[in-house]
Amino acid sequence: MRHIISILLENEPGALSRVVGLFAQRGYNIETLTVAPTEDETLSRLTMTTTGDERKIEQITKQLNKLVEVVKLVDLSEGPHIERELMLIKVKAIGAQRAEIKRTADIFRGQIVDVSPSVYTIQLTGTSDKLEAFIESIGAGCVLETVRTGVSGIARGEKVLSL
Amino acid sequence: MELISGGDMLVRALHEAGVEYVYGYPGGSLLHVYDSLYKQSAVKHVLVRHEQAAAHMADGYARATGKAGVVMVTSGPGATNTITGIATAFTDSIPMVVISGQVMSHLVGDDAFQETDMLGVSRPIVKHSFAVRRPEDIPEIVAKAFYIANTGRPGPVVIDIPKDMTMPNERYEYVYPKKIKMRSYTPPQRGHSGQIKKAVELLLAAKRPVIYSGGGVIIDGSSDKLRALVDRLNFPCTNTLMGLGAYPGTGERFIGMLGMHGSYEANMTMHNADVVICIGARFDDRVTNATSKFCPDAKIIHVDIDPSSISKTIIADVPIVGPVGAVLDEMMALLDEANETPDAEALETWWKQINEWRERHGGRYEKNDSQLMKPQEVIEAMWTATKGDAFITSDVGQHQMFAAQYYKFDKPNRWINSGGLGTMGFGFPAAMGIKMNFPDDMVVCVTGEGSIQMNIQELSTCLQYGIPVKILCLNNGSLGMVRQWQDMNYEGRHSHSYMESLPDFVKLVEAYGHVGIRVTDRDQLPQALEDTFGKYNDRLVFLDVAVDETEHVYPMQVPTGSMRDMWLSKTERT
Ligand SMILES: Cc1ncc(C[n+]2csc(CCOP(=O)(O)OP(=O)(O)O)c2C)c(N)n1
Ligand SMILES: [Mg+2]
Repeated sequence: MRHIISILLENEPGALSRVVGLFAQRGYNIETLTVAPTEDETLSRLTMTTTGDERKIEQITKQLNKLVEVVKLVDLSEGPHIERELMLIKVKAIGAQRAEIKRTADIFRGQIVDVSPSVYTIQLTGTSDKLEAFIESIGAGCVLETVRTGVSGIARGEKVLSL
Repeated sequence: MELISGGDMLVRALHEAGVEYVYGYPGGSLLHVYDSLYKQSAVKHVLVRHEQAAAHMADGYARATGKAGVVMVTSGPGATNTITGIATAFTDSIPMVVISGQVMSHLVGDDAFQETDMLGVSRPIVKHSFAVRRPEDIPEIVAKAFYIANTGRPGPVVIDIPKDMTMPNERYEYVYPKKIKMRSYTPPQRGHSGQIKKAVELLLAAKRPVIYSGGGVIIDGSSDKLRALVDRLNFPCTNTLMGLGAYPGTGERFIGMLGMHGSYEANMTMHNADVVICIGARFDDRVTNATSKFCPDAKIIHVDIDPSSISKTIIADVPIVGPVGAVLDEMMALLDEANETPDAEALETWWKQINEWRERHGGRYEKNDSQLMKPQEVIEAMWTATKGDAFITSDVGQHQMFAAQYYKFDKPNRWINSGGLGTMGFGFPAAMGIKMNFPDDMVVCVTGEGSIQMNIQELSTCLQYGIPVKILCLNNGSLGMVRQWQDMNYEGRHSHSYMESLPDFVKLVEAYGHVGIRVTDRDQLPQALEDTFGKYNDRLVFLDVAVDETEHVYPMQVPTGSMRDMWLSKTERT
């Protein structure tokens, strides 16, 4: 199963390399990884998605928790949560295609953020599934380039991940 | 306000952290620090002959005292030479602080002379590491490094110090923190009471229980508490290779070491148990054999300070995360409160069964009349000669297993071996680290002619500092453990397990200024041992004892089997 693990990490040089190194060293798989500072500049917030059975995920979270720079950790997939990913996608858009692509982007609530005579660049936010569904709808054949941020997530309701 | 240099800060901070000895080797990036060492006498430096040995010395010290050992090395090759030593400590959860020099900050990343990314290279084998970025941070980093190394599940910590952090003419305010608190590092202080209660209920209801304890009990300094629990419950106790001495080796309830070369009775007891309580051990693959066949009837209680050890290889029915000592205290208190006692009748039957197993495989090796000795009898003779009260370090191989099986350790912290990583070359420097700190105790390194040559250069260090350790070399003229596997699994094809062209060890140690004694016949051994611990008590003695090279270590678990599947001799299988 896919899990979204969210971490508050000391914002120090080398901290990220320990997290990433742990995955490589123990043969765990990172599907996506995002990291940025938080409102508290001493902390970074890191979100990663990974897959594995219950036992593997338990080991991953325990091993992560052992890293001295990991301040707090939560497996967001254990409760209700919001997950978002941002994608910038460049697609071939010529002739009749242009209107079709624009319509599809609207349906997915995407925005065309750059236009050239033969190319649209579209910005799209949503769950990873939604981004994939969009690509499928316009047809992988017309995609020139995609760049995705990887998943960010936050728990629903009152629950917060903070000190 | 006194201002001092980064180099002086480092040395003063080490002193404040309680350090008496640092083991190390100088070089370019640490020269300012070495000058700071020179100017004082509180922190003593021991100059090794190879940085790997410095790490093992610090490690031996730590295993015997429970306090972090300290290593100091220069950048580049000095730092990388410690890697095997750091990995050895890491695998066995041994506290250590390694200070490695680094090139000037502005050169870092430029492939400068003697630059290696020590933090990167060591990252997978340290508990934590620090890079010094401002000289004034040095005292706090040192204090944090010791705190992290010594607490929780201990381990090695690296501090990487660029040369410009230690400039003699750049001075800063020195402030050593009185107390360390880290929001991101809070080792557990006690176990979960509800879980401990469940564990006690299970123990009281057990009919075929066994207590399986490991190095964690020794690290936590809780051997007395373990003994109290074992004796209170009248349960059999087995120790891992790392846990020997936690329960007395001559104790009646001790059933020997368990695992790959564990005793017949320990492995049989484990396999047939209905409740297994694992205390400060981690179900290592050298213990469990095939995990799918492990202890088929047992409920498992697992006490460990490291949550990631629990349910990693064997699922625990009752997991307890916490320091061994605190958990054992709470268990004892619950036992005191409880009106119940374990089922005496069931226990009696269980002990009868265990004693039958003991008898069945009591004499584990065949003696013969030939003058060429069996390695086992040499260990037994040494046990007698040292009255079972020496610090015994070992290298890795058959000699290590014979020492573990035949030297009965009655005290904790006396059996010092690289159990987890299996590092040949560990034993001798580890013995040196211990002897320097326990000058009045007997310290013996049990080794093989293969292993000893991996750090034999330290004979020179021993002369310089007067470190009279005893080296007992069980010389079978081959890489015995490798040879044994080749005998058993490769139809006796001894591919590169010979040590052809061995040196004359007696002449070699004499060249280094020590005493060498060669023993080839059984009749010579008693006198040689007497001289080693008598006449030559204050000298380093190298006892080179010829032993039967065809001997194998038994019992030996059969690969992919359960715990009870063992070879008991070359011809006998369970
Ligand atoms: C550094 C290192 N290299 C290789 C090995 C693999 N190994 C394990 S035991 C052994 C043989 C050791 O020979 P010796 O020290 O003579 O001991 P013996 O088994 O003969 O008693 C070897 C090569 C190891 N454990 N450590
Ligand atoms: Mg040998």
